[in-house]
Amino acid sequence: MQELNTKAKITWCAGCPNSQILVAFREAITELTSQDKLKIENIVATAGIGCHGKIAEYLNLNTYTSLHGRLIPTMTGIKTANSNLTVIGFSGDGDAYAEGIEHLIHAARRNSDIKLFVHDNQIFALTTGQVTPTSPKGFKGKSTPFGNLDEPFDPILLMLSLNTSFIARTFALDISKTKEIMKRAIEHKGFAFVDIIQPCITFFDTREYFKERIFWIDDQPADNPEIAMQKIKNIKGKIPCGIFYEISKPTFEAQQ
Amino acid sequence: MIEHNHNGIFTIVIGGAAGDGIREAGNNLGQVLAKIGYEVFISFKYPSLIRGGHNYARISFSREKVFYDNSHIDVLVALNDETIERHKPKLAKNAFIFSENFDENDLKNFGKNAVKITFSQFTAELNALPVTRSSVALGAICHLLNLPLQEMKNVLHKVFKEKLLESNIALAEKGYEFLKERDFKHWKKIKPNENFQKELIDGNTAFAKGLIAAGLKSYLAYPMTPSTSILHFLAKKQKDFNIRVIQPENEIAVINMALGMAYAGERVAIGTATGGFALMQEAFSLAGVAEIPIVIAVSQRQGPATGVPTHSSQADLRFIIHSGHGEFPRIVMAPGDPEETFKCGTQALNLTWQYQMPVIVILDKHVSENLTTSIINADSIKIEKGKLAEKTDSKYQRYLVTEGGISPVAFPGTPEITIKSNSYEHDEDGIATEDLDIIRKMQDKRFKKEETLLKGIGKCETIKVYGDQKSKNAIVFWGSTKTVVLEAAKYLDKKAKLIQVLWMEPFDTEHILPQFKGIKNIISIESNHNAQFAGLLREKTGIEVNHNILSYDSRPFEPIELAEKINFLLK
Repeated sequence: MQELNTKAKITWCAGCPNSQILVAFREAITELTSQDKLKIENIVATAGIGCHGKIAEYLNLNTYTSLHGRLIPTMTGIKTANSNLTVIGFSGDGDAYAEGIEHLIHAARRNSDIKLFVHDNQIFALTTGQVTPTSPKGFKGKSTPFGNLDEPFDPILLMLSLNTSFIARTFALDISKTKEIMKRAIEHKGFAFVDIIQPCITFFDTREYFKERIFWIDDQPADNPEIAMQKIKNIKGKIPCGIFYEISKPTFEAQQ
Repeated sequence: MIEHNHNGIFTIVIGGAAGDGIREAGNNLGQVLAKIGYEVFISFKYPSLIRGGHNYARISFSREKVFYDNSHIDVLVALNDETIERHKPKLAKNAFIFSENFDENDLKNFGKNAVKITFSQFTAELNALPVTRSSVALGAICHLLNLPLQEMKNVLHKVFKEKLLESNIALAEKGYEFLKERDFKHWKKIKPNENFQKELIDGNTAFAKGLIAAGLKSYLAYPMTPSTSILHFLAKKQKDFNIRVIQPENEIAVINMALGMAYAGERVAIGTATGGFALMQEAFSLAGVAEIPIVIAVSQRQGPATGVPTHSSQADLRFIIHSGHGEFPRIVMAPGDPEETFKCGTQALNLTWQYQMPVIVILDKHVSENLTTSIINADSIKIEKGKLAEKTDSKYQRYLVTEGGISPVAFPGTPEITIKSNSYEHDEDGIATEDLDIIRKMQDKRFKKEETLLKGIGKCETIKVYGDQKSKNAIVFWGSTKTVVLEAAKYLDKKAKLIQVLWMEPFDTEHILPQFKGIKNIISIESNHNAQFAGLLREKTGIEVNHNILSYDSRPFEPIELAEKINFLLK
C-alpha cells in the first residue's frame, strides 16, 4: 500500500475540520484500494483554490490543483480523456458556489462521472473572512461589516432541481460517516455531489451550532425527487445529513 | 465606372439579404471554377444578423494565382435592390448585372448589360423555396462565362439532397437556358490551368485539417464568430476523424476542460475569437505554469468588446502575445492563408507537446472565412509526441529540471508513480512552494524551454520573403494582410522586397533582422490603429519602419487601392 501522505507540511489551523476530511478521505481510499475496488494509480484528486485546495498537497496521489472555481470542467476533461480514471474533486463554497457555480450546474446536467466534495464552511477563510453564497443573511464579515445583504442558497435543493444523480451531505467532524459517504460517492457511476459541512474554527466557528442540529438519515437514498425532498427538509431547525438521492442514468463520458 | 487593367482576373459579386443563400452560391460557383482549373479567391461580407441586411460573396478567378479578390466587378448578381446600389461604383466597363428589378435609371445606365432575370418567377413555377433563387443565377453565370453546366450540376449534387437537389438543378438549367435563348455572352479569354489539383478551402477548415493531420483527439469550443466554422467542420466530421468535439458551457469551461484532457494525455485544441480568449486568460496562465500542452486558435474581429462581430481586424496582436498574467513562454503564430493555417495547425499541435507550452494560432475573419484554391497535403505530416517519461521508477517528478528545460511527461494511470500538476508555483515534484530559490529555478526552467525552441527555430518558417530581394524598398506585413499585399504587388510601379512575419512569439530576431539589411524604405501594412506589429518589430529588432499604412474601419484593404497607396511611398 502506497503511503498517502507527502513531504508537504500541513498548514491548516490546528484543529481545522479540513484535517478530518483528509483523514476520512485517506481511509476511504485505503479501504477501496485494499478491497481491489480501485487502483491507486487510477485515482486523480483535483482541487480548487481556498483552504480546502491544500488537500492536494497532502495526498500522495495523482493530483491537479486547478484555479479558483474551475476544477469541475477540469475533472470532466480528465475523465473524458481516460475513462479508467476515478476523478475526485475537492472544492469549497467559494469555489463551487460563487466563482464556479455555472460549472457545478452544467456538470450535474451532463452527469459527468466525477465526484465532488465541497468543503462548505460558509466563509472565505484563506482570504481571512468574507461572506460566501452560503453565509447567513446579516453575517458580519470583513467585507460586510454592517451585515450580509444576500440570502444564502441551499446547494442540496439546487442539485436536486438538476436531477443530480447522487446528492449527499455530511459533517466533517464525523470522520466515520464522512468516510462512508465518500466511499459511496466514489463508487457511484455518474456525478456525485457531497456538501461537507466544515466549520471554520478561526473565522466562523459553527461547530457547536451544527453539533446540536445535525441528524443522520440512515435509510436508503430516494430514487425520485419528491421523496428526496422529504428527506432534505429541515425538521424543526434540525439539519439532515446522509445520502438523499441516488439514481442511475447514462454518464457524459460514456456517451462520448 | 472604372476602366481597369487587371491581368486576366475576372470578378463576380453575388449579393442579397441574409438568408438568401449567398455564401452557398459563392461557394458553389467557386467549386466549379476550381474544378475547371482556375485559381479562385472568394471573400464573404455579412452583418451580424440572421435575416435581412446586405450579404455578398465576391469571387475572383484567373489562370494565375489570385491572392485576394478584386474589387472591380465584371458580373453583379443582385438578389435584392440594395446590391445594385452598393456595388454600382465598382462595376467594370461592360459589366453585366443580373436582377429581377431594375429601375429606369439603371436600365438607361447599363443598357443591354442589364439582364432582367425573373428569379422569383422561376422558383414559383417550380414551387421551390425563395432561397433557391441563387441557383438560377448560377446557371445564368455558367452560360454567360461559358462554363460547362454539368460541372455546376456536379457541385449541386454534392451540396443538396433529394427534393432540394432536384429543384436547384432545374433552376440552374432554367437560368442557363434563359441566357442562351437571349444569347448573352461575356466569354473572357482566360484559359484554365490543366491538371489543376488545388482545392478551394477556407482558413478555418484548413487549420482544422492541420490539427487532424497532427493527431488531434479532442476539439472544444464555445461558438464565436469568426472561429465558429472550425467547430462546425470538426463537429460534422468527428466520426470520420475519430475525434471528440465538445461545446461546454462557456470559454472558461472550454479551456479548463481541455487542460484536464491534456493532463490525462490527450492531444487537444480549442478555438475562439479574441473576446472569448479574454475570458480564458487565467487558465491560459495555468497552462503556462503547469506546462500543459494546448493549442488555441484565436480569430480576431473588430473590437473593442463586442465590436463589429462579423468584420475583420488585426488589433489583438499585442493582447494575444502578452496574454496570461505572470511570465511564461508561449508560441504565437499568425498564418496568412489556408495553406499556412493548415501548416500552423500541424506545427502547433506538435510543438505544444514537444515543448509543453501553450501555442496560439492567431487568425482573423479574413483568413478564417475567405476561400482560396490551395494545396493541402497531409501525407508528410509526422505526429511528434514530445518527451515521454521512460519506464518509470517511483521517483518520477513531473517538473524535473533538465538541461533543455523540458521535463519528461507521464500521465495518470501509470502504476507506481504520481503525477502532480499545480497552478501554484511548485517544486520538481509538483508540490506548492514559496521557497525563493525554487521559485527562481522553476521560472528559469520554463524559460529554458524557449531557449531550446529558439535553437531549432530555423526549421519553423517564422518568416517568408517575396518580391525583389535586392530592392531598397521593403514592405512588411503579418497575418491575412499577406493576401492583399501579394495581390497589390501585381500593380506596383517599382520593385519592393515583401517580408511576411509568421511567428510573433518568440520573435525570431536572428532570422528577421538580416532581411532588412540594405533596406532604405520600410512600409508596414496592418489592420489596426496603433501599428502594433511595427511597434513589435522595433521592440525586437530596433528597426523603425518609415511608413505605416493602417486600416481600422473593420473593412479590408482593396488590392488596387492599396497598390496606389504603396506606389506613392515607394522610392
